[in-house]
Amino acid sequence: MATPHDRRGTAAAVAPDFVLDRTQAVPALIGRHEDFLIIAGLAGTARDVAALTRDGAHTYALAGVMGAACAMGLGLALARPDRRVLVVTGDGELLMNVGTLATIAVINPPNLSIVCVDNGHYGETGYQKSHTSLGVDLEKMAVGAGLKITRTVRSEADLADGARLIRNGNGTAFVLLRVKPTDPPSYKRSLDPAMGRLRFRQSLLGRP
Amino acid sequence: MSADVDAERDPSSWQNELYDLLRRHRVTQFAYVPDAGHRVLIDRSLADPEARSVALTTEEEGVALLAGADLGGERAALLMQSSGVGNCINMLSLVKGGRFPMLMLVSMRGDFGEGNPWQFPMGQAVEPVLEAMGVICMRVARADEVAATVGAALTMVFQSGHAVAVLLTQRLIGAKPF
Repeated sequence: MATPHDRRGTAAAVAPDFVLDRTQAVPALIGRHEDFLIIAGLAGTARDVAALTRDGAHTYALAGVMGAACAMGLGLALARPDRRVLVVTGDGELLMNVGTLATIAVINPPNLSIVCVDNGHYGETGYQKSHTSLGVDLEKMAVGAGLKITRTVRSEADLADGARLIRNGNGTAFVLLRVKPTDPPSYKRSLDPAMGRLRFRQSLLGRP
Repeated sequence: MSADVDAERDPSSWQNELYDLLRRHRVTQFAYVPDAGHRVLIDRSLADPEARSVALTTEEEGVALLAGADLGGERAALLMQSSGVGNCINMLSLVKGGRFPMLMLVSMRGDFGEGNPWQFPMGQAVEPVLEAMGVICMRVARADEVAATVGAALTMVFQSGHAVAVLLTQRLIGAKPF
């Protein structure tokens, strides 16, 4: 039986257009993370964000409720038009509630950006292929939902443009960051969803 | 206002009273999958420059949206038909585990006088599944009980931080016009 590590090798071999390493590409794309309020999807992107921010109080990272990240970001962005809100999610998480792109697009909050870290796989469960390894293009789905500011970042040369987009959009920005199916950084973060809520609110609002 | 509009609004007067009550309690985000039973609330939230009206593609988005609003310090309400409750179940893990305040207003199908057999399975399951996920359910059967019940729910949600669903039954909203 193939171990997750074996599967990862196979996955990389069949996806030659996924070249960026997420441990470098995610920090390069986001830049100064303190400029954002961040909602992270579960699994890989939660670890990307936890490592980048040292599990910071300006982040709320999920470890369940797959499909929640974009809608949480929308609620937060509408509540705080004075702040930039960044959703960092994965291809599997976004696919579970891809309709949320339509919900967001018709409102188009200018202070919301979405980064989808697309490795073409369900990394957490053993690197099974996701739909984006099989022809599904999430940037095209974002365009089809009505989002006007979208990009696919495939190489280091694309990173600066993506970084500019998530900070300067005149409407909601969507950046699909294609990365190799390799492990996210290991970082031990708190998994207590209630503590995370109180910590976020205390930091942002000055009350629990 | 014309007599026609008055006559049209009269059966929905509790819905207008309900919207005013929610706004007085500083609820500013209204998320919904459209339903005839929430028509007045949806229309008034769309027309209200101080409120944000969010049309969802599925009700579970609304659970996550309300949690995001709470992180930002804003109060929100989730409006849906009873069939939408089934779409919310796993997402309510966020509410129970994170102790997020959550106000759900559910217009019921599949109960008193229902004429469409497809509505019974989910309609009859609303209370057991919500209660299994830690949501307190309160039923309203009469127009003159709406404000008191939702007022109680507002206290339980935004003062005590609990999740509450107010079930607007078919005795209240009628079984026919859907």
